[in-house]
Amino acid sequence: MSVNIIIKNAVKKFGDNTVISDISLDIKDKELFTLLGPSGCGKTTLLRMIAGFNTIEGGEFFFNDKKINDMKVSTRNIGMVFQNYAIFPHYSVRQNVEFGLRNRKYSKAAIKKEADKFLKLMQIYELRDRKPEQLSGGQQQRVALARALVIKPDVLLMDEPLSNLDAKLRLEMRQVIRDIQKEVGITTVYVTHDQEEAMAISDRIAVMSNGEIQHVGAPQEIYHRPRNKFVATFIGRTNFINASYHSNEKLIKFGDFSFSAENLSVQEDCPVLLSVRPEDFIMHKEENSPLKGIVKDSFFLGLNTHQLVELNHNQQLVEIIRESSLENLLNVGEEVYLSIKNHKINIFSDDGTRNLIRKD
Amino acid sequence: MNRKARFDLWTLLTLGLLILYGIFLILPMMNLLTKAVVDKETGQFTLNYFVKFFNTPYYFNTLLNSFKVTTAVTILTLIVATPLAYIFSRYEIRGKKFLQVLIILSSMSAPFIGAYSWILLLGRSGLITQIFKNTLGITIPNIYGFAGILLVLTLQLYPLIFLYVSGALKNVDNSLLEASENLGCSGVNRFFKIIIPLITPTLLAGGLLVFMRALADFGTPMLIGEGYRTFPVTIFNEFISEIGGDDGFAAAISIVAIIITMIIFLVQRYISVRKSFTMNAINKIRPKEASGIKRILIHAYSYLLVGISIMPQVYIFYTSFKNVHGTTFAPGYSFQSYTAAFDKVGRAITNTMLIPAISLVIIVFLAVLLAYISVRRPGPVSSILDSISMIPYIIPGSVIGITLLIAFNKPPMILSGTMIIMVIGLVIRRMPYTIRSTAAILQQIPMNIEEAALSLGSSKINTFYKITMPMMAAGIISGAILSWITMISELSTAILLYTARTRTLTIEIYTQIIRGNYGIAAALSTMLAVLTIISLLIFNKFSQDGDLSM
Repeated sequence: MSVNIIIKNAVKKFGDNTVISDISLDIKDKELFTLLGPSGCGKTTLLRMIAGFNTIEGGEFFFNDKKINDMKVSTRNIGMVFQNYAIFPHYSVRQNVEFGLRNRKYSKAAIKKEADKFLKLMQIYELRDRKPEQLSGGQQQRVALARALVIKPDVLLMDEPLSNLDAKLRLEMRQVIRDIQKEVGITTVYVTHDQEEAMAISDRIAVMSNGEIQHVGAPQEIYHRPRNKFVATFIGRTNFINASYHSNEKLIKFGDFSFSAENLSVQEDCPVLLSVRPEDFIMHKEENSPLKGIVKDSFFLGLNTHQLVELNHNQQLVEIIRESSLENLLNVGEEVYLSIKNHKINIFSDDGTRNLIRKD
Repeated sequence: MNRKARFDLWTLLTLGLLILYGIFLILPMMNLLTKAVVDKETGQFTLNYFVKFFNTPYYFNTLLNSFKVTTAVTILTLIVATPLAYIFSRYEIRGKKFLQVLIILSSMSAPFIGAYSWILLLGRSGLITQIFKNTLGITIPNIYGFAGILLVLTLQLYPLIFLYVSGALKNVDNSLLEASENLGCSGVNRFFKIIIPLITPTLLAGGLLVFMRALADFGTPMLIGEGYRTFPVTIFNEFISEIGGDDGFAAAISIVAIIITMIIFLVQRYISVRKSFTMNAINKIRPKEASGIKRILIHAYSYLLVGISIMPQVYIFYTSFKNVHGTTFAPGYSFQSYTAAFDKVGRAITNTMLIPAISLVIIVFLAVLLAYISVRRPGPVSSILDSISMIPYIIPGSVIGITLLIAFNKPPMILSGTMIIMVIGLVIRRMPYTIRSTAAILQQIPMNIEEAALSLGSSKINTFYKITMPMMAAGIISGAILSWITMISELSTAILLYTARTRTLTIEIYTQIIRGNYGIAAALSTMLAVLTIISLLIFNKFSQDGDLSM
């Protein structure tokens, strides 16, 4: 049985040090929910509160309507995948997978049947009699997943499960985790600091910083309409440009450039901060835009080419990404004219705490 | 690299060390073997000594006795110390640092001193025995014999297991414990299903060390064993006794002892290799506060165990200030025993400092070379050298004493009765430990640091002295201090090799106990303990994390 997880006003303190002051979340049944943030943001702490390894200093945690605050780790019925897998080195693959079933006093036949099922599901059935030392990182990861899922947990918790794998394997295992999660249909809380991994794998993401939730939403929403400056910088790359809002014309202006902005959540004139993704600039050699700059540097990365362009009006450097092409290489020192995909620009309050386009 | 280029100074040193081991270990061992199988009168090959040993229950039983009591000691130390180490690494305990110091202190004295103190406490007219008899009317069971040896050696040797297991638990990743709990297995169940299997190789290694030490211990069974004869005592008696002293027979017993320890060693290695796996803890186990009854229990266990094990030393310290009348303690306190002790010690104090000091210099010098050769210059010759240098690990101290005496009491090298032979004895016995700890330090220094020096134009020897040695220095010094502490309380080899001129403090204490001068013995023991404590304090200065490896 899978559940939804409700967290109300969670507080975590280590001694006098408050790590999480007030977090509330509603994680839906069968969704893959990711806690994303830089190290020290409290994401692992929160996960370990759900698992029961950390005490809860305040607030309430529910699986459906069952409060779990004071339940023992072993009775919460949680499957957990650890950062370093925590495979028992003295047990074979099969013994590792069977460990949780044995503690749950399954019959011998049931243990074998269930273990076999998940060994096969994770494609490690052939490795079942090996010792963990003889397994590669990816294989250990599969054992860890099988071991966590075989006990039919209500919730699956994953703490940076891919951080110990090399880049190629990480992509492969990311797909495996997503497929299995959908197939088994289990509510999953996933912790990572890798924003690309988070976007690829998650149904929804909570971006965290300094023990607080900055933004909860689907990957597209978080990328395209981040709630604040932190989220805009942490997810993807972006350029910030200082500009001003003119309320009577409903225009945003900087330098000689302006564009119309309807329905902002401010009424009066004010300074604003624009966030422009590198791929939302369009470069031209011919003069068709009032925004002018000089190419300062250029990096060819295969699929894309990155360019650093210095804006004429304030000498600010902006990063621009475009798909690499065979011709029209821009030389350093060359003058270019920039236009912007206006509808994709995010407009933040001057201090970066609010996205003026969003209604919340 | 071609063969010629490899023939350098290190090759010469390797050969030199092989020759040294040949002269001072291999040849004497051969000699011992010859003595055991050659009849003294006829010069013919004979197995009579062995037949005599196995056919005479009197002798054969000493072997069984040794085996029984040593096995019991090993098992009991494991049972007592493993939970203690586990508690220490998982829970906050009040005064933990202080307890750790006491645990180490209680292991640092010579076992026979503990035995003698326990006799003063629990013996026929012991303090506690009297209290129980006079006030409660309870007669405490006899502690002489098996029980006494078991008590003394367990309390003396469990710190070794404690240190070993504490070290091993540092390599156990906390997520393994969490994973187990998460899968429904925690508490005592987890201790046996997860923790114990993970540290099995360490338990085996620590158990082996305890086994070897307990088996070889001479002083404890001599003092508290009474009718319970163990084989180091038998070897000593057979070899030393003025009437009917028979070195051929003593040699035969020695050979039997070596064969047994060798078998134990090989079995341990065999199991250990199959049970071992590499572990690397990213999340170390951190101690946390326990609450309620659990908190009381773990504190009670820790304090009780440590309290009992430090009691002999405290009592000796106390009695050293008591008035003495003849050979019995009298009411009142004074420095009487100390005055008497200083009259008696003569050269003993100088010897206690000088013999281990000379040995230590040689040990450190040789061990650094040997460790370097075995870690950085692997090859067939260096692995032979490595194996040879480990042989003394499994040979009981009294056997080494006899081996050296038999080999060097006749031309071309007459060393018996000199300080040199005592130095050789200590060097041989202590080398395996120092080589191992030095090799471990060396393995942590990446090779490319030396390569960097070589690439910058430094010669091999210059690199070794300017780069490698300084990086190893702190580890070597702390290892040397531990060797020093072990050597100043060494008895079982020294008891065979000493003469009036080369008496050490430890031998003097032993002699005074045998003569019944308990006051003087207590004063001398206290002096030895002070020396040990000072050495430990110096050790702490040099050791980066205060880790002890024995």
